Amino acid sequence: MRINCPYCGERDASEFTYLGDASLVRPDATPKDPPLDPVSDEAQALREQFHDYVYLRDNVAGFMRESWYHGGGCRTWLTVERHTVTHEIKSVTAAPGVGAKAPKKSGRRG
Amino acid sequence: MASNQSHRLRDGGIVDRSQPLDFTFDGKSYSGFSGDTLASALVANGVKLVGRSFKYHRPRGILTAGSEEPNALVELRTGARKEANTRMTVTELYDGLEAASQNRWPSLKYDFLSVNQLASPIFVAGFYYKTFMWPAKFWEGLYEPLIRRAAGLGDTAKQPDPDHYEKAWAHCDVLIAGAGPAGISAALAAGRSGARVILAEEDFAVGGRLLADGGEISRKPASEWLTNAMAEIAAMENVRLMTRTAVFGVYDGGTYGLIERVNDHLPVPPAHQPRHRLWRVVAKRCIVAMGAIERPVVFGNNDRPGVMMASAVRSYIGRYGATPGKSIAVFTNNNDGWKTVDLAEAAGVKIAAVIDARDDLPPELLARGKEGNFSVLNGRVSSADGGRDGITKVRIALNGGATAQVDADCLAMSAGWNPAVGLTCNHRGKPEWREDIAAFVPGNCPEGMTVAGAANGHFSLKDCLSGGHRAGAEAAKAAGMSGKPGTAAKSSAEEYGQTPLWHVAGKGKSFVDQQHDVTASDVKLANLEGFQSVEHLKRYTTLGMATDQGKTSNISGLAIMAEVSGRSIPETGTTMYRPPYVPVSIGALAGHHRDEEFHAVRLTPSHHWAEEQGAVFVDTGLWKRAQWYPRPGEKDWLESVNREVLTVRNGVGFCDVTTLGKIDVMGSDAGTFLDRVYINTFSKLAVGKARYGLMLREDGIVMDDGTTSRLSEDHYFMTTTTAKAGPVMQHLEYCRQVLWPDLDVQLTSASEQWAQFSIAGPKTREVLKAVLDPSEDVSNDAFPFMGAREVKLRDADITCRLFRISFSGELAFEISVPCAYGDAMARNLMKAGQPHGIIPYGTEALGVMRIEKGHAAGNELNGMTTAGDLGLGRMMAKKKDYIGRVMAQREELVSPDRMVMVGIKPVNKLDKLYAGGHVIPKGAKPGPDTDEGYVTSVCFSPMLDQYLGLGMVARGRDRIGEIMSVCDPLHGKTYDCEICNPVFYDPEGGRQRG
Repeated sequence: MRINCPYCGERDASEFTYLGDASLVRPDATPKDPPLDPVSDEAQALREQFHDYVYLRDNVAGFMRESWYHGGGCRTWLTVERHTVTHEIKSVTAAPGVGAKAPKKSGRRG
Repeated sequence: MASNQSHRLRDGGIVDRSQPLDFTFDGKSYSGFSGDTLASALVANGVKLVGRSFKYHRPRGILTAGSEEPNALVELRTGARKEANTRMTVTELYDGLEAASQNRWPSLKYDFLSVNQLASPIFVAGFYYKTFMWPAKFWEGLYEPLIRRAAGLGDTAKQPDPDHYEKAWAHCDVLIAGAGPAGISAALAAGRSGARVILAEEDFAVGGRLLADGGEISRKPASEWLTNAMAEIAAMENVRLMTRTAVFGVYDGGTYGLIERVNDHLPVPPAHQPRHRLWRVVAKRCIVAMGAIERPVVFGNNDRPGVMMASAVRSYIGRYGATPGKSIAVFTNNNDGWKTVDLAEAAGVKIAAVIDARDDLPPELLARGKEGNFSVLNGRVSSADGGRDGITKVRIALNGGATAQVDADCLAMSAGWNPAVGLTCNHRGKPEWREDIAAFVPGNCPEGMTVAGAANGHFSLKDCLSGGHRAGAEAAKAAGMSGKPGTAAKSSAEEYGQTPLWHVAGKGKSFVDQQHDVTASDVKLANLEGFQSVEHLKRYTTLGMATDQGKTSNISGLAIMAEVSGRSIPETGTTMYRPPYVPVSIGALAGHHRDEEFHAVRLTPSHHWAEEQGAVFVDTGLWKRAQWYPRPGEKDWLESVNREVLTVRNGVGFCDVTTLGKIDVMGSDAGTFLDRVYINTFSKLAVGKARYGLMLREDGIVMDDGTTSRLSEDHYFMTTTTAKAGPVMQHLEYCRQVLWPDLDVQLTSASEQWAQFSIAGPKTREVLKAVLDPSEDVSNDAFPFMGAREVKLRDADITCRLFRISFSGELAFEISVPCAYGDAMARNLMKAGQPHGIIPYGTEALGVMRIEKGHAAGNELNGMTTAGDLGLGRMMAKKKDYIGRVMAQREELVSPDRMVMVGIKPVNKLDKLYAGGHVIPKGAKPGPDTDEGYVTSVCFSPMLDQYLGLGMVARGRDRIGEIMSVCDPLHGKTYDCEICNPVFYDPEGGRQRG
């Protein structure tokens, strides 16, 4: 497979490391003051959110936005839009902030 | 000359008769010519029996003249270079070649296991599953060795391969697979258009069928056109011809796998030359021009030596000037088969008869029986007579119902041609059935691929030339070229005129797959037993498996399956085609990555110095690390390690810790960044201070630990464990780029920029004073525990980093020097420390001291433990978020019943502890229900004069002082141990703070 790194150009997939779904957004977990009681509903809800974030994945047969790391090149984390059945790659972009919590005004970046 | 080449024709062919070559087959000497294959040389010597078949040990001859050969497999060469299952039809002859037939004992002529033919009922389809079902335990001891001896192919060398293999990349606009008339035409058109072209040909000679069949191109002999075309190609710098190179697979993104047999045609590769080269070619476009494979007819005893493909007979006569028979019968269902008649007659070889199966046999062909010296029979060959030395007679069922027989020592058969669709069906390409030629042709090809010539079902020379030219011009244009492709070469039209014919009922076994001994009855049996899907048919009967992947058998097999299951051939369908299309040596896939070159080796800058000191090295990941430094008179490693530990604890020693991962974290938000990746706080760390940090995975489990220092307001220097240097860097980059792009922070891997040494022991300061600039004050007040700052070396303008951190529990510093000075620094420390008795120590002593101090390391950071498990729960900050914080609070991860890290001390001081032992309540019966933990790390502690261990024990911190049992079934021991505080030595920590 060939991945067209926006910084390095088209390279063989062996230079890259696959992570997985790039649509995941890390939940906001800024500690409260005073800290939440770990057995409170609120704390439990936060753990549920993180459970989904860490473990739950869609098993997509089709195009999927994935995180790839160009460790054998520029060390950029990339978002690769790839077809999981045909391996066709539709787009490759650098991934600043795609996993960040959504900014308040401008919507999701990336 | 060793023999007279009884079947070599007086002239003709493209072998070089001025260059005779001697070779042996099964120990007997023969000779051939330069330009021969092993197969053509054996044909020239009248050798017909070349092997025994896979299951039934039936005598077999040469069926084809190319890469698709199922039968003529040999063990080529001897000794370490012996290569089993080598197809003699693609083995170039060289002087001194040695080959041996396979799967026979004691000899090819008198094969003991040919009695398998009598036992043939047990070798029917699915015999593996039926015969050897029960009892299961008989498999390993009895059935498998039996089958391996009875049914099998060649024998391996059993010695390391002495040759080299390599891998290479190439990039081009147009990759062309196959240099026959279509491929060459394509290369000319694409090359003239300006495209960068790679023209790959599996054969050692280019020309494809032209080499055997000749013909006319542009009103001149085809050979003339071939010479001119190849001269034009050679003159084009943008076209690269690669012979002996087969395209074997299509991969994603226009990547193709090619195998170049660089030096198989020589006895031994020249010095520094590889035997094979694996190419990965990235091409914008690919043209498949791999021709077609002639298909056999399935009839009785169709596997007898002397039965050969008609095109192969032409190849031996036309290309090699050697005839497979003195009296040849031709059996065909198409006009192409008649070319064999013309060619043989022109070469002066006797045609015994032509058997044409077509009901609508053209009268002019029928008439040739009257004018020629042979009879033309309208019918089908039903069986061949003759034994191991070849056929003597063919029996014919005439189309009217009568029978006939013809004496012949060779039967040339043609049931038409199958386009070589293999590559076009990679990537889920599905071939399409074309009724008019009764063959599968390429359907939806992989992205960027087109097909030309016979591979596309266009069998005439005219269509190959024009189709190749068109494909070449289009591919070049699609690749962005605008040059003129010129015009296509021309040839006259031909009529193929075939009528489908797959199977003729007759006396004797009728083989579909000769390599795996699959008969027409096996296919019928599979149908009866419900294995009608072609994929089931393949697995159940083994049809189409092994080295030839059914190139001559798949279509016949599925045609028979279609017939008996009452479906059409396209309804029956083909099996999935997967790479490799031709055999690829494992050596080529490995390339240079074997033995010492299996992976890269990383050496620390002081490696050679350590070697001089006689260090014993250990592999840690890619690194070589000094494990201990034996001294003369020390009887084993333990004695050396004990000395190293005692010297450090009582004097001073140093250890190379360069292999730790080192990352510069810089920027105004560097502290905030570290707060988010470590469980503890770094933003408030004072400049000039170091702190131990622990990071978690997002699921709350410990990922890595290390010491991170603040060298200036916005510059931190992180260290990671040796093993996790790469993964931590990747993780931090993910956090920086994907999660928190708004932070002003930059990461730089500095692992290879710094050589780092740990200097430890009560006399450390004396050594440091000797190596550092006199202005550097390393007293406890000026450089307290966990201090970190840049220092200058004595008499050298080199800035180093000095950290007062301790893994050993002694007064200790770690010093980083630019890696170019690593070797000098080791020598410097030895010299400066000599008056104080300094010694180097290795990773073993390092490990002993960390266990004595109860520091967790890789064995405890094992992907299952939490910060709390390791006794570091209180480091988890409450007022900030960090990776893993939320998930670490999960009920199971904070349960008081968890296994936590404790010290483990045998009650009997003489008991030797091993890592991996299981901790159970004292006196309990070992088992899953009594298992309460395990031993992770052990050492012999010279300070406590006994073995010590660290381990994970359920509720361990509440059980300090409890006597439990450690059960070690691996060493057959169970012994009592005391659960204790993991810090065995200097629990107050006074020594490292002194």
